[in-house]
Amino acid sequence: MSTSIINLVYIIASILFVLGIKMLGSAKTARKGNAISSIGMLLAIVVTLLAKGLDYQWIVLGLVIGGLIGGIAAKTVKMTGMPEMVALFNGFGGLASLLVGWGEYEKVRAGLTAGTENLEIFTGTVIVLAVLIGGITFTGSVQAWGKLSGKLGSRAVMIPAQRIINGSIVIGIVALSIAFVAGDGFGLGAEIQFQIFLGIVVLSLMLGVLGVLPIGGGDMPVVIALLNSFSGLAAAAAGFVILNNVLIVAGCLVGCSGLILTIIMCKAMNRSLSNVLFSGFGSSTQKVGTEVEGEMKAASVEDAYYVLEAATSVVIIPGYGMAVAQAQHVVKELGNLLEENGAEVKYAIHPVAGRMPGHMNVLLAEADVPYEQLVEMDSVNPVMPTVDVAIVIGANDVVNPAASEDEASPIYGMPIINAHHAKTVYALKRGQGAGFSGLVNQLYFLEKTRMLYGDAKATVSSLVGQFKGD
Amino acid sequence: MDLTQLLFIFVLAAFLGYELIKKVPSQLHTPLMSGSNAISGITVVGALLAVNIEANTFTLVLGILALILATVNVVGGYLVTDRMLAMFKTKGDRK
Repeated sequence: MSTSIINLVYIIASILFVLGIKMLGSAKTARKGNAISSIGMLLAIVVTLLAKGLDYQWIVLGLVIGGLIGGIAAKTVKMTGMPEMVALFNGFGGLASLLVGWGEYEKVRAGLTAGTENLEIFTGTVIVLAVLIGGITFTGSVQAWGKLSGKLGSRAVMIPAQRIINGSIVIGIVALSIAFVAGDGFGLGAEIQFQIFLGIVVLSLMLGVLGVLPIGGGDMPVVIALLNSFSGLAAAAAGFVILNNVLIVAGCLVGCSGLILTIIMCKAMNRSLSNVLFSGFGSSTQKVGTEVEGEMKAASVEDAYYVLEAATSVVIIPGYGMAVAQAQHVVKELGNLLEENGAEVKYAIHPVAGRMPGHMNVLLAEADVPYEQLVEMDSVNPVMPTVDVAIVIGANDVVNPAASEDEASPIYGMPIINAHHAKTVYALKRGQGAGFSGLVNQLYFLEKTRMLYGDAKATVSSLVGQFKGD
Repeated sequence: MDLTQLLFIFVLAAFLGYELIKKVPSQLHTPLMSGSNAISGITVVGALLAVNIEANTFTLVLGILALILATVNVVGGYLVTDRMLAMFKTKGDRK
């Protein structure tokens, strides 16, 4: 098949990607949009298979193995495990782009060693970019996956001289890259050039690990979104390496979407990207804001039941704790019972609640909560004073009034859901410890707040039992 | 294809991406992320081209590895996004 026909099909695939992403932007069309973009992908793959000289045996093997792994993972992952899964897929995409860049370099390398070819500056530069971005995406994502799944501990880890080490790695990468790209000019041989290339690979992989190390679990929404962006940019860089339009367009679209999500997440925490990435937020060396006076008052499930039974408007504010306890189904059951009891029930979702953008929405959707009942922070806050009961389920920093009142607090300025404006607040919490940021939550000390200690799922289940029992 | 042409495409795609995505509601952030993540698996095209009969063993291994990883990314990404989106329901959909 001629190149022009292949390129035409690539254009069609790109159009389908654009349409697909556009339709992902609205709840009504999102599923169809995803299907359309997958058709674009299928077209791109099929038409690529028509290229000359491919080794089909290995290709079939690779497609089957990859398809099986991906398919099984996608079908079996629990919705609560979604952040880890997305992180891991990001990493795979990044590593694939790295390998594509490397493979292309290998082709050139044969000619370099024989002295029949030169490494062009353009080719050299884009190979370095594909390897660099792909490498950071890979190890950064694996690190994020480890933190999210609890395998590596989710707290921010600060190692001594972290910035100096990271800075040196960056400088090292830049220096090696220049030597690699301009190697011919310096009279470096092909063999040394290859050593330099390996150095760039290793440093890129290290940068991914060390870059994500100082970022704590609660900042993961930003990190996942950023790595998502990187996985796209890595694909685009690989597109520059093999001079392929569809990789550039698709990769760039993903790079943009990830970047926009990153910015949205940062705004939702009122922090700059560099603060999220470099400050070690949530590690032990943090200031803690003003001391809180008073005590947290525990309540029994019965007390909560009597208040909820009389309530006419209830707002449920879920957080990461709900995901950990896998409480979304009982929460929805409680919501239904409250509605049957005549109360108006809403679920207020903070943009960074949970461990990835939109995490709570996915969990509540899994529990069959219709999305009209899910309200965003900005639309629920104005009506908060009229709400009878706010139930905070495993959310912490996103409802901490210190963010709007205590200028000494490290989260001061972060927009929050104003749970403290509701008439009564019930906070479900495992124990008395502080949240991700290590901060004491002033909400818990208010006169109108009652704590329900224990596993969120168990607590909500017994509330449900109370409602059913009478 | 020369460099300027490729850069031209890249820049236009960047603006297009920005315009497409800037107004996505927060409830769809996760599916958008995993759906766009699947699209970033487009690097599978590069991997396919690398699995070439003229390639030496090492290059072939690189290509096959890239192909497996990219395919996991593509297949897993689209399926998991679909699974999530199938759960998003409005009141009218309730049975």
